[in-house]
Amino acid sequence: MIKLEHISKTFGDTGDGVHAVKDVSLEIGDGEIFGIIGFSGAGKSTLVRCINLLERPTSGSITVNGQKLTWMEKQADGKSCMRTVSPQELRQARKKISMIFQGFNLLMQRTCLKNVCFPMELSGVPKAQAEKKALELLDLVGLKEKASAYPAQLSGGQKQRVAIARALATDPKVLLCDEATSALDPTTTNSILALLKELNQKLGVTVVIITHQMSVIEEICTRVAILDGGEVAEEGRVEDIFAHPATDAARRLVYPGGVSAKQYPAGTRAVRVSFNGGTVYDPLIASLAIECGVKVNILGADTRNIDGKAFGTMLLLLPDDPNEAAKALSYIRSQPNITAEEVEYHA
Amino acid sequence: MLEVISAFWSEYGGILLTGTRDTLVMVLISTLFAYLLGLPLGVALTVTQPHGICPSKTVNQILGWIVNIGRSVPFIILMVAIMPFTKLVVGTKIGVKGAIVPLVVSAAPFIARMVETSLAEVDAGVVEAAQSMGASTCQIIRKVYLPEAKPSLVLGGAISIVTILGYTAIAGTVGAGGLGDIAVRYGHQRFITSVMWVTVVILIIMVQIVQSLFGWLSKKIDKRLDTGAGKLTAFDLLSRLAHTK
Repeated sequence: MIKLEHISKTFGDTGDGVHAVKDVSLEIGDGEIFGIIGFSGAGKSTLVRCINLLERPTSGSITVNGQKLTWMEKQADGKSCMRTVSPQELRQARKKISMIFQGFNLLMQRTCLKNVCFPMELSGVPKAQAEKKALELLDLVGLKEKASAYPAQLSGGQKQRVAIARALATDPKVLLCDEATSALDPTTTNSILALLKELNQKLGVTVVIITHQMSVIEEICTRVAILDGGEVAEEGRVEDIFAHPATDAARRLVYPGGVSAKQYPAGTRAVRVSFNGGTVYDPLIASLAIECGVKVNILGADTRNIDGKAFGTMLLLLPDDPNEAAKALSYIRSQPNITAEEVEYHA
Repeated sequence: MLEVISAFWSEYGGILLTGTRDTLVMVLISTLFAYLLGLPLGVALTVTQPHGICPSKTVNQILGWIVNIGRSVPFIILMVAIMPFTKLVVGTKIGVKGAIVPLVVSAAPFIARMVETSLAEVDAGVVEAAQSMGASTCQIIRKVYLPEAKPSLVLGGAISIVTILGYTAIAGTVGAGGLGDIAVRYGHQRFITSVMWVTVVILIIMVQIVQSLFGWLSKKIDKRLDTGAGKLTAFDLLSRLAHTK
């Protein structure tokens, strides 16, 4: 379990410094896939890097796998002061908290096999044993045949798979993913996310995902925290946040285009449609109009065509008539590779 | 023509061979010792930087000062200035032995900066990844910084050797022996320019060999370069040019 209590991080001097993270408290359960989402500069990367102390928080306490990494202590003068574990203890703790990165961060002068062996080398695992395990892990991520290749010879998705295999080498309890799919195209992103989900189920490893893409959260996370200006704006089950985004930050992330909801009266019904890789040649809105005779209004859309497949989301305003709205909803839901959820869309 | 060459060779061949050998000995031994000092110094400069893996402002500043002072004293002045120290270390101020001490003292700070530059090329993300795995400072240096910077360090090695080679020529003028000494004594003091030109040619050949050898080695060990099918060879380029007509 990961427990963050009142984490703050200020860069620069406390007076006029930048408050990257402000008083964040989160609890992430064992075996969970937890998402932390926010726009650039929301402090999400800083927050996740606090979990393994790559970034030292200015104050707050961090408990991972039952071990306190930082904690607050009352001093004689009444002020509280942050304490951290010793460097040796931290190094030991980090072996059970793995991390993967946006830039993959593989050792370029080592083969894939040797990259996966690296964390085991650090722990003094005998070479033969390490290589055997590394091969098993490469097999697990589907790259056994690339064992003797160098990272420069791999694609982005393959590099991230090697990085994941490397991250698993020390049998971690926690896997932190810092924008791990942000440098990848949507198809590759989906395959990496599927892999993370599989590993979570197979190995029971807790996964913490940092992203700015709502689609990533939607794909695999069970719970999500929305970070805005260094603070947790909203936290909860993914379905709940998607259905009822309560804060502005959540709305901007959930609704494509980030349209303000204030202009619509209470009772406005809207549906959020997700395209999960169906063919782009099926015109959803037009066929809805022709086949059901229902006209819907597009409030916002963020869709992309990748190799003839549609990805992204669209926010549609449903007609006022409940029968027509129900007809439209059931039609949209009957389409392959499309999911639809009704959302609250008014102030 | 042949007679001229054989006459030249019987007169100066011995001297030139000895000079070449002395120069090589000076370069090799001073490079070795200069790296023994400069490599750790360069590593220390890197890791103690504010965002390094073992930050220490004081150590970094002190080392920076030492390196800068070492780098700002011209070799010929340094050589004369540290003569008492040289005598203390190797027992003589002159000859090949006497030259090695100032060569090492002068080249080590230079090498430290070369090493620092090479290590700076290592992706900070990779270093951070190693930290996130619980690697110690020492492990990061041995298993990340040095191996990842190896191709660049090898190229830096060529530059260092060529620089030291240049220094040996200067050392030669103040009694160190070697090719520099021969060039000055014969070419400058006795106006036998042919000897001077031959030393120049020998030095050029040495530099060429070092540069190509290290350049080749650096490319060979660098795994960042895709050596697979996608790479164009000179032959491909030529045949492509031939077909464009």
